[in-house]
Amino acid sequence: MLNINKHSSNDTKIQIETKDLSLYYGQDKVIKNISFNIYERMVTALIGPSGCGKSSYLRCLNRMNDFIQEARTEGEITINGSNIYDKATDVIELRRKIGMVFQKPNPFPMSIYENVAYAPRLFGVKDREKLDEIVKSSLEGAALWDEVYGKLKTPGTGLSGGQQQRLCIARAIATEPDILLMDEPTSALDPLSTLRIEELIRELKKKFTVVIVTHNMQQAARISDYTAFFLLGDLVEYNVTNKMFTSPDDRRTEDYITGRFG
Amino acid sequence: MIDSRNFSFANSGDKIASMVVHGVSALGLIVMVFILWFLFAEGIPVLKSVTIGDIFRSSDWYPAEEPPALGMFAIISGTLIVTLLSSLIALPVSYLFAIFTAEIAPSWLRNILKPMLELLGFLPSIVLGFLGMVVVAPWMQGSFEILTGLNLLNASIFLGIMILPIVGSLVEEALSSIPEELRYASFALGATKWETISKVVFPAALPGILSASLLGIMRSMGETMVVLMVAGGAAIIPDSIFDPIRPLTSTIAAEMGETPVGSAHYHALFFAGLLLFLITLALNMLSAWIESKGKIAQQ
Ligand SMILES: Nc1ncnc2c1ncn2[C@@H]1O[C@H](COP(=O)(O)OP(=O)(O)OP(=O)(O)O)[C@@H](O)[C@H]1O
Ligand SMILES: [Mg+2]
Repeated sequence: MLNINKHSSNDTKIQIETKDLSLYYGQDKVIKNISFNIYERMVTALIGPSGCGKSSYLRCLNRMNDFIQEARTEGEITINGSNIYDKATDVIELRRKIGMVFQKPNPFPMSIYENVAYAPRLFGVKDREKLDEIVKSSLEGAALWDEVYGKLKTPGTGLSGGQQQRLCIARAIATEPDILLMDEPTSALDPLSTLRIEELIRELKKKFTVVIVTHNMQQAARISDYTAFFLLGDLVEYNVTNKMFTSPDDRRTEDYITGRFG
Repeated sequence: MIDSRNFSFANSGDKIASMVVHGVSALGLIVMVFILWFLFAEGIPVLKSVTIGDIFRSSDWYPAEEPPALGMFAIISGTLIVTLLSSLIALPVSYLFAIFTAEIAPSWLRNILKPMLELLGFLPSIVLGFLGMVVVAPWMQGSFEILTGLNLLNASIFLGIMILPIVGSLVEEALSSIPEELRYASFALGATKWETISKVVFPAALPGILSASLLGIMRSMGETMVVLMVAGGAAIIPDSIFDPIRPLTSTIAAEMGETPVGSAHYHALFFAGLLLFLITLALNMLSAWIESKGKIAQQ
């Protein structure tokens, strides 16, 4: 078994505690009793071959699996001290505290401004000045402000792919969440846009806990502090990224990282 | 290697196909121009018997008298009012139905509702008119104590029922064509189902919804049988929704057979047809314009 607390030093706080979590799609058990802790203001990378359950796990964290009819979870995920699978959990409130960035950039077909102002408006911000401020700081936070401040009224769908993805990041951080979930956010982007997003993630972790799924080993090594290696629904190894990529504990991790399978 | 004969054959197939396509669309255009020319040619001569001002301002429609009174104000109003009221009834219902089917209903229910709506669309308008005449009209007359159950409201309800399947199906399609990712993006931001529908999905589908609505409005305006049977047929400007009306379409249908070719009345009916044609053409162009705007916005 993994020693899940091995790597927590004193100055890192646990942000997400996963305890004996399993996920079923109908009869298929796609996440198998996994337990580990994700630390506050760290970048945690989820890696593993296709179909091993990375996206499914990510969707457990903001309960997006609720939209999949046959999905069913067992076990616990504790965020800010409460189990999000508790009956009393307010899912809307939970998702407000957790931003999500998808694999394919998916800005709303509305203006850049409205994209970012969308969630704050939902949560009752009406004051124009306040909204302007949120939009500006979110776009700055997503390293997009300099490129779009002159055309906030134009459609967000008119931006380049990389800009659209940063717009989606701006949209996700506009409600000042604690956690940012990213599912292969650069897989649809060119190398230059990818680099910009990677730089951005290093910035973002100063304010947010980032959990990122990636198929790109170099990317995981470059940007993450912790790495979790999934295989067929099992969490095979969870380690400090440096350690994981230099001397992994598990043979299968090594095989995967060095490209011997997957 | 590809045989060169084969190549040229494929090429000529392309050419034939493109010629057919161009030919057919050219034919459509020619027919269209011909109809327009015909309507003008048969409609404009009415101006020898009556001024254009009288046509649009006077409500006196006594075409059989000597000299004939050919004021169309009441008839044009009848068309506009019945179209407006039927749209006010049918469009909101269509939207709600489409939203429910596309966004809320579980898939098994959707699979029942969609074909049901389409089935309703196959009802011949004469059947709807018949229902309005023998079921709704007597009931309306009895329960509201009005002069006749054949009136504006009755006609509007049945026109509404007639356009509901068209608008409902098209709006449902417009909503379903909005990519799932947009809904997930909204949910992940903490939006409720209703917020997602009203603030993301519906606005994104708006161009499609508007052109579906215009199509329904045009259909309602052009429908003849239902209004002929249940609108009551009085060429007056209605004071209430229980007054009978006489729209352009039913006027043409009812009177065309009884009027001598070449008479002022005959030309007046063609003029009415011309008006209808021009209004529908305008709506059609508006709908095409909205759709093209929508396409640009999506890119
Ligand atoms: N909506 C769903 N319904 C049923 N099964 C699903 C669903 N989504 C995923 N699965 C299954 O769950 C398993 C894990 O899928 P998941 O998408 O989480 O993998 P992944 O690690 O993200 O893969 P990839 O790297 O290809 O994105 C797969 O076997 C997949 O077929
Ligand atoms: Mg995935």
